[in-house]
Amino acid sequence: MCQVGEDYGEPAPREPPRREQKCVKCKEAQPVVVIRAGDAFCRGCFKAFYIHKFRAMLGKNRLIFPGEKVLLAWSGGPSSSSMVWQVLEGLSQDSAKRLRFVPGVIFIDGILASVGRTPGVFTLALRSAPGRIPFPRGKWQISHSSSRKHRLAERGLEGFPLGEVAPHPAWLFSACGRSPEERAKTLAEVKPILQAIGFPWHVVALEEVFSLPPSVLRCSSQEPAAPEGAYKAAVDSFLQQQRVLPQPRVQPPRDPQSLVRPPAAAQTEALSHLFCSVRTLTAKEELLQTLRVHLILHVARAHGYSKVMTGDSCTRLAIKLMTNLALGRGLGAWRPGFSDERHGDVVVVRPMREHTLKEVAFYNRLFSVPCVFTPAVDTKAPEKASIHRLMEAFILRLQTQFPSTVSTVCRTSEKLVKAPRDGPAAGDCGPRCLLCMCALDIDTADSATAFGVQTSHLSQIHSPTPLTETGTPQGPCCSPGGAWAQGCCQRSSRREDPQACIVEQLCYGCRVNMKDLPSLEPLPQYILAEAQLRTQRAWVLAELRDCLIEDSDDEVGQS
Amino acid sequence: MAAPLSVEVEFGGGAELLFDGIKKHQVTLPGQEEPWDIRNLLVWIKKNLLKERPELFIQGDSVRPGILVLINDADWELLGELDYQLQDQDSVLFISTLHGG
Repeated sequence: MCQVGEDYGEPAPREPPRREQKCVKCKEAQPVVVIRAGDAFCRGCFKAFYIHKFRAMLGKNRLIFPGEKVLLAWSGGPSSSSMVWQVLEGLSQDSAKRLRFVPGVIFIDGILASVGRTPGVFTLALRSAPGRIPFPRGKWQISHSSSRKHRLAERGLEGFPLGEVAPHPAWLFSACGRSPEERAKTLAEVKPILQAIGFPWHVVALEEVFSLPPSVLRCSSQEPAAPEGAYKAAVDSFLQQQRVLPQPRVQPPRDPQSLVRPPAAAQTEALSHLFCSVRTLTAKEELLQTLRVHLILHVARAHGYSKVMTGDSCTRLAIKLMTNLALGRGLGAWRPGFSDERHGDVVVVRPMREHTLKEVAFYNRLFSVPCVFTPAVDTKAPEKASIHRLMEAFILRLQTQFPSTVSTVCRTSEKLVKAPRDGPAAGDCGPRCLLCMCALDIDTADSATAFGVQTSHLSQIHSPTPLTETGTPQGPCCSPGGAWAQGCCQRSSRREDPQACIVEQLCYGCRVNMKDLPSLEPLPQYILAEAQLRTQRAWVLAELRDCLIEDSDDEVGQS
Repeated sequence: MAAPLSVEVEFGGGAELLFDGIKKHQVTLPGQEEPWDIRNLLVWIKKNLLKERPELFIQGDSVRPGILVLINDADWELLGELDYQLQDQDSVLFISTLHGG
């Protein structure tokens, strides 16, 4: 029994694994990599372990049916490259163990890179009121890599001396577009890999967010969950067909030049303007992530893919979970499980969710998996540049001292369940955030929460003006309870204000992000249009609800 | 007294950005009193190869968390990490796992 004052002493230090020891699995070969906390694996056993984890993840969660079209989201980075390679190897195995779905690959071109705009100065923006957070003092070495030096030299800004940068209340880490040469170089590296892989591929420029339809933000109705035996029955029937019919050959890739069109200069300019107007790196990263998800969803729906596979590894998911908690997203926005069903008809799955970044990096190196390195928005960003970076540094530092940190965070997150809410907000039919499509946790009675305060604050901003536009009188038209109680009378004036239209459709996390955009005008049109539509629809619904004699669910649903 | 050593130092996963974009460096470590181990190598790299942002590569005595070190294609944890004594013609690879997805 544990007692106060009893001396337990230090735990016996664990012997680090040595090269002279044998692989823990086969006990024969020399180990090459240490996995988890001290298990040394040889090359062969490591490969088997890695592949087995991938296949087991797919097999355990019986979500992908035989013959289903699955879109692989490939960023060029190590995790997604590894995932694509696993799928490729899985499809080419002998028939009993072969993967049975039909893959396609999507690559989004034009992910932004960080470029210092102000000559010689890198500045940082932190998500807080100016002046409240202490900034690192002292000398900051100001230098640039040779590639960027070349570009800056063209503008006559060469030669940056070591200088002392005094702390400044607002530090801006600016991230703008990459040059066309850099993009062309990346594409030149990407295309041969896509051709070698052999799946149908889609290279989409990030600028295409400006051509997305508002329907991408609507959560399409989900297929009802298949009954228990349906998966097994589908597999049996598929295998039977395979025995009877000859094997179809994998489709050869389409003609490359039909798929890659350079984006219009106006769109590139608009994208650059949007991201340059965002004040903090945190908001930039969040916005980028949101736009990428929308783009992938659109392509998946357009080409008939019902599943999207992303290469999120265990480490990344642990970091993402903690970052989301820090950003105020809670559990509504993003579940860290195998599948993400927020978008309804398209389900996002994460087959790499039990692989750590170390395992991925080792596998890619030992077995020569091709990757394409593309600088991102936060490349070379200092540790405190954004909440994402801070959380990444925190988790990774903890992981070096406590090797089970990441796996514990992931496993614990699986056990977290959101408490069921009463009322119409629960379930698919409740309102959803415009951008991240999580269920909006609206409870206007609960003004003690930050969200409740924001909601009431919003209605106070647009203070009641005489409603001459619609002529609707104030007073008993507001129905008590429900999502729109506080804003009803001000809604008609707010309908005309696009900023308010968008903000009131967002969850708390997305609202906090939007605060870092001085104006919501540069956002792509589909977001503005859908926000307008939803606000109008809600207003009409509320108006009609007042007119009904009997407030029954059937009648409201029909109107 | 350590003789001069010729080692290949390689960077991957985005770490090469801190080294002028060059992935492979064939380096000759000068002879010195103490034997060359990874600890000394890191100091040498910081002084001679690292072009910018040392805090993104090195933290204190060791590499930043998130950067893997492979010595002759084997995990450095099997070889003693910072205390591994370098041999001639060794290959040391630093992979940054922090970039990409």
